Amino acid sequence: MKKAKAASIAAIAILLCPVALHAQTPPAKAPAFATGQDDGQWTTPARNFASTRYSELAEINADNVKNLQVAFTFSTGVNRGQEASPLVVGGTMYVLSPYPNILYALDLTKPGAPLKWSYKPKPEAASQGVACCDVVNRGPTFGQGRVFFTTLDDHAVAVDAETGKEAWKVKLGDINLGETMTAAPLVVKDKVIVGISGGEFGVRGWLQALDAATGRSVWKAYSTGPDSDVKIGPNFKPFYDSDKGKDLGVSTWPPDAWKQGGGTTWGFTSYDPDLNLIYYGTGNPGPWNSMQRPGDNKWTAGIFARDADTGEARWFYQTTPHDLFDWDGINESVLVDVEWKGQTRKALVHPDRNGLVYLIDRTSGEVLSASFYHPVNTHHGVDLKTGRLMDDSSKAPVLDKVVRDICPTAPGAKDWSPSSFSHKTGLLYIPHNNLCMDWENSQVSYIAGTPYIGAEARMFPAPGDGHMGELSAWDIVNGKEAWTVNEQFPVWGGTLATAGDLVFYGNMQGWFKAVDARSGALLWQFKADSGIIGQPTTYKGPDGKQYVAILAGVGGWAGAIVAGDLDPRDGTAAMGFVNAMRELKNATTKGGTLYVFRLP
Amino acid sequence: MRTLAIALVLLSLAACQREERALRGDPMADESREKIALTSLSPGDSGPIEVRTGRGEEYTGNAYHQSEGKKLFKQMNCNGCHANGGGGMGVPLMDDTWIYGGRIENVVQTIREGRPNGMPSFRGKLPDEQIWQLAAYVLSMSRAVPQDVAPSRDDDMHPRPAESRQPAVTGVQGGTVPPSGEAPQ
Ligand code: HEC
Repeated sequence: MKKAKAASIAAIAILLCPVALHAQTPPAKAPAFATGQDDGQWTTPARNFASTRYSELAEINADNVKNLQVAFTFSTGVNRGQEASPLVVGGTMYVLSPYPNILYALDLTKPGAPLKWSYKPKPEAASQGVACCDVVNRGPTFGQGRVFFTTLDDHAVAVDAETGKEAWKVKLGDINLGETMTAAPLVVKDKVIVGISGGEFGVRGWLQALDAATGRSVWKAYSTGPDSDVKIGPNFKPFYDSDKGKDLGVSTWPPDAWKQGGGTTWGFTSYDPDLNLIYYGTGNPGPWNSMQRPGDNKWTAGIFARDADTGEARWFYQTTPHDLFDWDGINESVLVDVEWKGQTRKALVHPDRNGLVYLIDRTSGEVLSASFYHPVNTHHGVDLKTGRLMDDSSKAPVLDKVVRDICPTAPGAKDWSPSSFSHKTGLLYIPHNNLCMDWENSQVSYIAGTPYIGAEARMFPAPGDGHMGELSAWDIVNGKEAWTVNEQFPVWGGTLATAGDLVFYGNMQGWFKAVDARSGALLWQFKADSGIIGQPTTYKGPDGKQYVAILAGVGGWAGAIVAGDLDPRDGTAAMGFVNAMRELKNATTKGGTLYVFRLP
Repeated sequence: MRTLAIALVLLSLAACQREERALRGDPMADESREKIALTSLSPGDSGPIEVRTGRGEEYTGNAYHQSEGKKLFKQMNCNGCHANGGGGMGVPLMDDTWIYGGRIENVVQTIREGRPNGMPSFRGKLPDEQIWQLAAYVLSMSRAVPQDVAPSRDDDMHPRPAESRQPAVTGVQGGTVPPSGEAPQ
């Protein structure tokens, strides 16, 4: 309550004197490589290499958005969590379904955008069992005349964007080891960067670059193990001492535990073409039960910067050393330039599961600031001298005993749901959770292909009025919230910012909303047929008009209770999320529909 | 007085059966030969032809087997996929719907053979007896077993009332339609 009030006061203050605030500290800026002429397409989920999810299109704006109406809809045919982003290349829209990962091409030049073709990779049905947290996919990517995506049964696929013919399909993992693929690839020059999922199955994470022409592996960098496997060499220059030393990916684990150590790579990758570095996060260490893996568990739960051509690591920063609560470091890194103590710094901003928004120098890995955006009682933030998270031992797990009221929860302050950054307002729009949990560790054995967890959780709303989700506008340089909108359920989808001074997002009841980018005021909303956990995108159609697209269809970890028909009596179902989400069964049902909007 | 004594003796004998256990389990390779149909539909008016040997009752009526099953459910990481019956990566097991049938022989088949949408096959990975124990425990989650043999306490986080305190339900054929069944393949 108190926080909400403070936030609304802050919002009013900003409304009243935006100029004064901005005069003190210039807001963060998008890097030059992510700005410039907007061609009106949306070719990759995060929109550009800086992952800002911002469009220069401004036909739809704060004044006329109230007139927005449905232009056309399309059923994906799959009633599971729709986390993917609709892409637009030329006159074609590409939509990717959750398992069985069907790629549809819609012809935007014709009325109603009829189907041009569909491509069915026919993934193995058994892969559904090892998909932690619903059978989602986070989207396709376009490059060099092809659409690239991953399948739940561990294939990367390239499809001709014009004809829908398969160009290549390569197998990169094994479901019998619990490996699945759900992340969106990123095309960098002649390479396709792909990652692996399965952090709840003791999967040893890696990132791979494939040759876009053939699918052949060019480099592969593991998240655990000896330096040679992690591609750590003489050019690896982490900023903090705790990341320096030989083979830390082995020595920060009990013997051989790194082989099932997690560090999967299922989030979004960013790229700085000037530095030729890619940035991505590594997932939680396995198992969840931290007592079975004393040590810092390198290189899990952190951020890597790597050379895009060779894969060699340049720096690493561990957001959560020796993670206790499933705090993957996979959340997006949005690349921005900031004025910092009188200097221009090339930075990245990263809202982490551990409740902190990090502002990190992307050339060196130095943490410039780390500020809370969620109630936290498990640590006291970052010691900026050592870069280390300062744990609060009072909330540390105890074997076979329930520790109560831990904030944030296993999915963290924010899970995968990607933020957007407005090049105009300089604010980061963070969709996130507002949850706490009870947690209990128990001994678990590694049985390949079965979950490697060893902990039970039970989640509930953070103290206050019971709301479990928020959309927060974040002042990056000052490390504080500009405004916040509360939602009953976690905001599990992404956000989109536009030059029309709008932010689009959906909630899990199925309302797709446009809010004022400067105040958070609700300007328009539309009720879709099912809850929304997808990534909104916008484009200029062949008719020259601006469109906004979103997939509706509830699911994902938060929505598994509906997508998987889970039993609400068991609070530990869906790894403890069901305890918080019982009401969702009354709020929405399954779905899988694309909605596209435009002005009349 | 005498009738009471006899009744008591009979009662305690019944209790013995509740606790009965075999001295030696079946070896890995030996597997019971039940014949199960996955549907109630079959041409003609006889219904599907099935053979259920009666072995199932040894397990559904036995508290020892169910408590062993409850332990195994954790040890084999069934709980990782099915939680404490509410489901997650796997379907819920404590509800009243069964995709592949809710009688113990069906559940044994499910565990042994696996199921197409992500249920692993445990054939040869567990002795036959333990598969039956697991199956009996799975049935206790929806209290499809007598109340006095269903496990009566949870050792860990109290996720829901113990199995013996769940209302008894009659399972129906149905369950989650797997995405592959819904999707335009
Ligand atoms: C890797 C995840 C996973 C593990 C481990 C797992 N299951 Fe399953 N289980 C599933 C999935 C997914 C299904 C649904 C299969 C389908 O629809 O084809 C399922 C189905 C079942 C069913 C059938 C339910 C019905 O409605 O007919 C039973 C019974 C079951 N599992 C019991 C178990 C037991 C006992 C274990 C441990 C020995 C276990 N499972 C381990 C994922 C798992």
